[in-house]
Amino acid sequence: MDVLRRSVIGTSLAVVAALGLSACGGGGDDSGGSNTLRVTLVNHVWTENIKKALPEFEQQSGLKVEVTQLGEDQLSDQYNVKLNAGSSDIDVMMYRPLQEGKLFAKNGYLAELTDKAKEDSAFDFADFQAPPVQATTYQDKLVGVPIITEQEVLYYRKDLLQKSGFSAPPKTLDELKTMAAKIEADNPGTAGFVARTGKAAAVTQFSSFLYSFGGDFVDGSGKASVNTEQAKQAYAYYGGLLRENGPENISTDMSWSEAMAIFTQGKAAFYTEANSLYKNATDPAKSKVSDSVGFAPFPAGPAGSKPYNIPSWALGVNEGSENQANAWKFIQWAAGKEQTLVQQKGGVPGARTSVWANPEGIATYPKDLADAIKVSTENGVGHDRPLVVKVAEARELVGQPIVDAITGKDVAGSAATANEAFQKLLDDEK
Amino acid sequence: MASLASPRQPGDLTGWTRWANTHRKWLFAAPAMTFVGALIIFPLAWTVYLSLTDAEGSVRAESEFIGFANYLEVLSDTDRFWPAVLRTVGFTGVALLFEIVIGMAVALLLWRPFRGERWVRVAILLPLVATPVAVGMMWRLIFDPNIGMANQILGWVGIGPQPWLAGQHSALPTTIFIDIWQWTPMVVLILLAGLTALSNEPDEAARVDGANAWQRFRHVTLPLLMPTVIVAILLRGIDALKTFDILYATKGRGGGSFHEVETLNVYAYGLSFDYNEYGISSTVLIIFFLIIIGSMWALTSRRKKGAL
Repeated sequence: MDVLRRSVIGTSLAVVAALGLSACGGGGDDSGGSNTLRVTLVNHVWTENIKKALPEFEQQSGLKVEVTQLGEDQLSDQYNVKLNAGSSDIDVMMYRPLQEGKLFAKNGYLAELTDKAKEDSAFDFADFQAPPVQATTYQDKLVGVPIITEQEVLYYRKDLLQKSGFSAPPKTLDELKTMAAKIEADNPGTAGFVARTGKAAAVTQFSSFLYSFGGDFVDGSGKASVNTEQAKQAYAYYGGLLRENGPENISTDMSWSEAMAIFTQGKAAFYTEANSLYKNATDPAKSKVSDSVGFAPFPAGPAGSKPYNIPSWALGVNEGSENQANAWKFIQWAAGKEQTLVQQKGGVPGARTSVWANPEGIATYPKDLADAIKVSTENGVGHDRPLVVKVAEARELVGQPIVDAITGKDVAGSAATANEAFQKLLDDEK
Repeated sequence: MASLASPRQPGDLTGWTRWANTHRKWLFAAPAMTFVGALIIFPLAWTVYLSLTDAEGSVRAESEFIGFANYLEVLSDTDRFWPAVLRTVGFTGVALLFEIVIGMAVALLLWRPFRGERWVRVAILLPLVATPVAVGMMWRLIFDPNIGMANQILGWVGIGPQPWLAGQHSALPTTIFIDIWQWTPMVVLILLAGLTALSNEPDEAARVDGANAWQRFRHVTLPLLMPTVIVAILLRGIDALKTFDILYATKGRGGGSFHEVETLNVYAYGLSFDYNEYGISSTVLIIFFLIIIGSMWALTSRRKKGAL
């Protein structure tokens, strides 16, 4: 009996020991200058394009690239968990400079790239547009390389405009309102206008309306300014347009995918959205109205046409990575002149001046879209959301008056409440 | 113990073998205890610790111990916290009530054998095996106010379109409906197992005494089934309190623009993943944890006293 018992104990101990060892094996890390590079990317046309070109990079560099690809929200959650834990199993990370950039840089998640970028003559860092670079710089240190830029443009249906007797898209926000109402009256069941309605999601696309009415989230002295006369007009205009000329039973949860679906299903005449999503509207596989989509510069408000012009995505290196030299090699290639041009031709607006100057760079864009982008880059404002550390919270605060305006509540009261809460957030961050 | 002839007695053992032999109850329990310690006790203790600090931005950043300040802040927050508590309780209460009543009715129907019984059982259990996120996406399409099937069907019978998930006041009832649709089958399954185990004799005796169907159910079947009903309420209740996937899939982060379906779980998620407020978020989670423990304790102790 004792022999039996002893052997049972012995076996159990062996099993426990083996489990323990294998657990150690799983946690061990051998990425110091490893040949395997772990790159985390978001679902985007850019990512699809880069994946096609990857074999070329792997051959050139002798590195093996492992790509993890996630949706925007899941990517954000992933970074929150892994970077918080100081994980070293991400080398290159694709991130949103305006959404998470400040937070990540402040937390020390992003490795400094200043010297690497500036000392490399072939990379030609001076070629990058200034506003995007500003967004990837934290306390004078470069922490990311911008890869995709975005401007807001007006998507519209040429056929519906023609049917209602309009020969050109609206030049001003007043015209937009009149035309949307007329088209809606002429085509029962079709909305005059659609745009994002979700509290946080709508903020970025609302920003161009805010600027064009002469407002901003924060004024010159750093104070919250979402209850100024201009801001209240912008909230009332955006919400009113959606309430009166938007889809029936409008949801207040729409992000771009829901709003885009309404537009591409042929249920709306006008749609204000980021240009980088244009392929969703012009691709016949995704859009019922691909033949009749037109693009125009953002319509002018009392302060002119002031759409945002921002870097939506950038590449950074994880400070915890033990493979930083190779990570830079990847960025050097993926954000280099050659790949940026390839991406630009594939429909992804780049952050390098050279690709916009190159006729090849805009040849694949619909002509009216290229013209609209040109106008937006000239008048563009460099941010589309409050520039703070707690962006997610700030977006919910300044977005509240948008949904209140859509649902027909008191805009002035809502803007005053939002301003107070937003000012408190600004004070806390000082 | 030593009745079997053994060349050595326990006293002869040396070194770690001897140690292992005298501490064998700890050794055998060690793997399970390590598991519980590493995956349950440590995270819980860490969350309690975080709830007493002002941790934000990054958990590796320096944070200060601030005692119960977070608890005071959370408990006095009538803007997000208390509405979330009400929604959590409302969601769970209403969903549970319908699930138990409908589940009981269906289980009674399926209790006695009938033709095609197997097909009906499979069909009823289908929602249970579907992934909640997929279920959420499916209902989101059905309930779309503009292109969804639900409004189309209402249109056929002459009822105007409803906002469903899109409405500020109809979103929570709609998610409760989805929860009932998905989880009633689980209640059916549990109650059916309980019914099958019941003996027929009390029921037959009542029949002989002239009790009608309702009386037999009310005074014979239900009291006998009560322990199973309590199990169903406990299991489903805890699950419903913690619901996240359906709410996230249908309304997204923050539970909609007016936080119309923001329960405690969704709120805590938003606090840590959107706001990076780890201290406050941990506080909400600890309070939530206490609410769950408290309500389950209340239920089981009432049961023990024989009140249920």
